[in-house]
Amino acid sequence: MLWYFRSVGPRRIVEFLLLTVFAIFFAGPLINLAVLAFSGQWTYPDALPRQWSLKWWSFVLQKGDIAQSISLSFLIAAIVTVLSVVLCIPAAYAFARIRFPLKRLFLFSFLLTHAFPKMGLYVSIAVLFYRLGLMNTLLGVVLIHMINVLMFMTWIPTAAFRNVHAAQEESARDVGASPFRVFRSVTLPMAMPGIIAASVFTFLNSLDEAQGTFLVGIPDYKTMPIVMYSIISDFPSSAGAVFSIILTAPTLILLLAAQRLVSADVLASGFQVK
Amino acid sequence: MSVQLAIRNLSKRYKTGEGVADINLEVAKGELVTLLGPSGCGKTTVLRSIGGFLEPDSGDILIEGRSVVNLPPEKRPTSMVFQSYNLWPHMSVYDNLAFGLKIRKKPKAEIREAVAGALRLVRLPGAEKKLPGQLSGGQQQRVALARSLLLQPAVLLLDEPFSALDAKLRHEMREELREIQAQTGLTMVFVTHDQEEALALSDRIVVMNHGRIEQIGEPQRIYDEPKSLYVARFIGKMNFLDGVAEGERVRVGGGEYPNPKKLSGPVAVAVRPEDVRVGEPGEGEVQGRVKQTMVLGHYAEVSIETDRGALVRSFLPKDAATRLSVGQHVGVAFAKTIAYPKPNESTGG
Repeated sequence: MLWYFRSVGPRRIVEFLLLTVFAIFFAGPLINLAVLAFSGQWTYPDALPRQWSLKWWSFVLQKGDIAQSISLSFLIAAIVTVLSVVLCIPAAYAFARIRFPLKRLFLFSFLLTHAFPKMGLYVSIAVLFYRLGLMNTLLGVVLIHMINVLMFMTWIPTAAFRNVHAAQEESARDVGASPFRVFRSVTLPMAMPGIIAASVFTFLNSLDEAQGTFLVGIPDYKTMPIVMYSIISDFPSSAGAVFSIILTAPTLILLLAAQRLVSADVLASGFQVK
Repeated sequence: MSVQLAIRNLSKRYKTGEGVADINLEVAKGELVTLLGPSGCGKTTVLRSIGGFLEPDSGDILIEGRSVVNLPPEKRPTSMVFQSYNLWPHMSVYDNLAFGLKIRKKPKAEIREAVAGALRLVRLPGAEKKLPGQLSGGQQQRVALARSLLLQPAVLLLDEPFSALDAKLRHEMREELREIQAQTGLTMVFVTHDQEEALALSDRIVVMNHGRIEQIGEPQRIYDEPKSLYVARFIGKMNFLDGVAEGERVRVGGGEYPNPKKLSGPVAVAVRPEDVRVGEPGEGEVQGRVKQTMVLGHYAEVSIETDRGALVRSFLPKDAATRLSVGQHVGVAFAKTIAYPKPNESTGG
C-alpha cells in the first residue's frame, strides 16, 4: 500500500478521494431513486430490494390526474417559453443596442424578483390576482412562471446580442441588407445559442415550478410538481421515485440537447456585470 | 480623369468636441487615396461618412456626380472593409461572399462564378466551404476584401484593414491590394495611421490633423516637401534644429540655407536623416560627436550630438557607419533643409 502511495503521490490520492465523495454525493441519490422506482419490496438492512417490480410504474401511469398533469405541465412550459421569447428578446436587443437613460438600473431591476423570499412575493401577487380575477386560471399560472424567468430570459440574450459586433452588422448593411434583413440574417443567428440556452432554462424552470403554481393554480391547474407533493404524502416512496424519474427525464433530454448547441460560457456571459 | 468621389465642405462634430470640419476632397476614378493621421484626427469619420455609417452635420458627398449623403449604407454604391470582425462567423465563406449578391437577386450560377472569381483574385481559391473561424486573420481579411470586390463598388472604402495583422503579412497584403487595384481599376479610399503604409500604397495621401486636412499630395511630394511642421513630424524620420531666418537666408550653426518662405526670426529647421552628411571634424556646418550607431541591415542609423546639445540622426551606408566609433568628433553638413515658423513649444535642438 505504501509503495502505491509513494508512486502516485499524496496529491493524486486526495484528488481521488475528493472525486469519490463528489460522485457519491451526486450519483448516490439518483441511483437510490432508480432502484427505489423498480423495487417491489425493500426493507431496511438489505442493500438491494428483495423483489423487483414495475407495479409502481403502472400505478402511477394509470392514475388519471397524473397523465393529465404531465400534459398540463408541458403545455404551460411551452406557453411560458414562447411568451417569454416574444417579450424578452426585443427587450434584450434594446438593452444590448439602444442607449437610453437608466439602462443599467432597468437591467438590474430584473434581479428584484430574485432578491426577496419567493413565498412573500407570491402572496402579494396572489392578492393582486384575486382582484384581477386571475386566480385559478391558466393565464395566472403562466404569469407566475414568467416572473421567475424574466431575469435569465433578458440577461442571457442581452449578452448574446452584445457579442455581435457593430462591424458585423455594419458590414451586412454595407453589402446591401436592410436593417430588418441584418437582424434576421446576421444578428439573430449569431445570438441564437444564447437565446436557445435561455429558452431551455425557461422551459425547465416552468416544468419545475411548484410554490407559485400551488398558490395561484389550485384546484384546477395541478402541474407535475404539485401532483408529486400529494403522491409523496399519500403513497409509498416508490411511487414518488417513479414520478421523480418521469419529472427528471425531460430535463435530462433537454439539457443534453442544449449542450450540443451551446457552451457553458454562453450562459456565464449573461451574468457578467459590466 | 473623371472625378469618382467628391467631398464638399464636410463637417461633423461630436459631443466630445472632436470631429472634422470643412473637408474638401476629390478622388479620381481608379485612384487610391489614403487618409493618414493619428487616432482622433477624423480620418475614420470621413470614411464612415462616405460609407453612410455617420450622418455629417453639413456638407455633401457625391459619387459619380450623384449626392449620396441622404442614402442609407445599403443604398450607397460603396463597400467597406473593416478593421476587424468583418465576417459573419455562422456563415461559410461562400455564404459570406454570396450574401450581397443574393440580396441583389442574382441568378445562382452567376453568384457561384463570381464568388469563385473573387476568391481567385484574393488568392484563396476553393475556400468556399470553410467557416471564418477556420481561417487565419490574414485569410479572413482577404475574404472580407473579396466580399467587397464582388459588389464592384463605385468606391471601395478600407478602414485600417491590415492593422490587426503582423508586420510581414501586412507587407504582403499591401502588395496584393496594389495588384488588385491595378487589375480591377477600382477607386479606393484607404484609412491608416501608419505613414509607411500610406507611402507604400497611395496614389495620393491626405494628411489629417485635428479634424482638418493638413496636406494633400503624392507620397513623394509629401515626403520631400511637408507643408507644415506637423506633416514634417508625422511623415518619415526627421531631425529638427533651431535656426534663425533673416532675409534670403536661414542660419543653422555655421551654415546658411535658402529661405523660400521668406520667414524671419527663430525657425524650426527640418532635415531628413538621409540628407545629413557626416564628415571629418571641421568640415560642414555643425560640429558634434558620435553618440550611437545602430546597424539596421544594409544601412545604419548614426546619432550625433552637436556642440549645442541637439541630437541629429543620419542614415549612412553600413560600411561608412562602421568606420565611426562612439565619441568620435565629426563635422555635419545638411544637403537639404526646410524651415518652418517656430511653434510656441520648443522643438528641441
